[in-house]
Amino acid sequence: MINFEYARASDVADAVRRIAADPAAKFIAGGTNLIDLMKEDVERPSRLIDISRLPLKTVEETAGGGLRIGALVPNSDLAYHPLIAQRYPLLGSAILAGASQQLRNMASTGGNLLQRTRCAYFYDTATPCNKREPGSGCSARNGLNRMHAILGFSESCIATHPSDMCVALAALDAKVHVAGPAGERAFAFADFHRLPGTTPQRDTNLHPDEIVTAVELPAQGFAKNYTYLKIRDRLSYAFALVSVAAALELDGDTIKQARLALGGVAHKPWRDAGAEAALRGQAATAATFAQAADLVLRDAKGFAHNAFKIELARKVIVRALTQAARGTPQSQSYKKIR
Amino acid sequence: MALTRKRATEQPIQVPEKIALSLTVNGVVRQLKVAPWTTLLDALRDHLALTGTKKGCDHGQCGACTVLVDGRRINSCLTLAVMKDGAKVTTIEGLATDGVLHPLQQAFIDHDAFQCGYCTPGQICSALGLIAEGKAKTADEIRELMSGNICRCGAYPNIVAAILQAMGRS
Repeated sequence: MINFEYARASDVADAVRRIAADPAAKFIAGGTNLIDLMKEDVERPSRLIDISRLPLKTVEETAGGGLRIGALVPNSDLAYHPLIAQRYPLLGSAILAGASQQLRNMASTGGNLLQRTRCAYFYDTATPCNKREPGSGCSARNGLNRMHAILGFSESCIATHPSDMCVALAALDAKVHVAGPAGERAFAFADFHRLPGTTPQRDTNLHPDEIVTAVELPAQGFAKNYTYLKIRDRLSYAFALVSVAAALELDGDTIKQARLALGGVAHKPWRDAGAEAALRGQAATAATFAQAADLVLRDAKGFAHNAFKIELARKVIVRALTQAARGTPQSQSYKKIR
Repeated sequence: MALTRKRATEQPIQVPEKIALSLTVNGVVRQLKVAPWTTLLDALRDHLALTGTKKGCDHGQCGACTVLVDGRRINSCLTLAVMKDGAKVTTIEGLATDGVLHPLQQAFIDHDAFQCGYCTPGQICSALGLIAEGKAKTADEIRELMSGNICRCGAYPNIVAAILQAMGRS
């Protein structure tokens, strides 16, 4: 690993001051992604600012009936938190679908949002990559692109966002609270991550001198009709080929409200307002779900090795909506998909 | 296309001072001085000569480096030692008491839960964490929550049996 300096932030304001003073510095919390990238020579910070001891580790109920999750709450604590289990089981399920328990014990809520892609070319410093080295080219477009995007990609980049947790947060309409030199602000979850466009080096709209302080969940948790269905190359501890977070509010068989977010298919958790709107007011049937899947995937395009993801995504969307409607969410321990 | 490699900073980086820290490892307070980039794994193996914890992939993918920090299982290869100043660390060397193996260690022997043994310290520390978490009740749940520990000899069925025995569910 490269040499770097180490400093410990004493509070959020101190963390912001320190990062603003050194543009080549980075925050470190869990370190599960950053240390790996530093070992691979992909990230080369001059200094690590340790924020792991900041008091951002609580899960609190908000006045509006939602939850405010501190940015340093470990993924495992969040997944098993009684209020998450009871009111936002979709989030708990998605978290448990990702990584291993050791990594979830380390990884923070804020850090999960800021994970970099696992595109092999991003990791391989011997190959061109516009995300790692803007302007150098994309090796994945004509390379081994089996894991890559089918939606929302650009000429510059076809990488996918690796998080499972973020797919659930997108479906749940979470908010991301951040602090910076100019004060605090909040993002709607859909506005936090970016599509690659011509600037794939920027994964999010967070400014370099800002820190994520909390993730807020609105009151509605869809605890009755939800599922997180993740399809991957092995049954556990692998990134998604396609994953779907589905949440429904039903009135009898009629869909009053639908949320649908996809992982493994785009540069950010993929939501499609048109498909969700098309589900509203419809009967919760296989035909309705298939129409929604067609809408989500209407602009999907595959590359040499990942075109299978389009049909896979179609089937996973239908199955996930079926599981959600039935009230039989996918177990993350018993792997049989019903 | 020619690739140019740019460093994050233009100035050469000064080699920073080593940082003093204190870890309670297997119940013993240890003072050490390490560079900021020293992982907890390297601190245990190279600074404290506790080589029971293994370096497998060194990227958090295999679980061979699993130890418990303040009672929670983590990958020590992705943890900076300086960030754990003041923490309590349990490694495989800390499990036996007065020469008597920990029930998990004995269960791994009873069930032949290893062949080459390289992943075993990580498997056992991970299982210790798993039992403390109390989330796994069945073999399926054990398999899922032990998925961060890879065994290239393929001793998985016996590892699950050993953990079930240690949980008193054999």
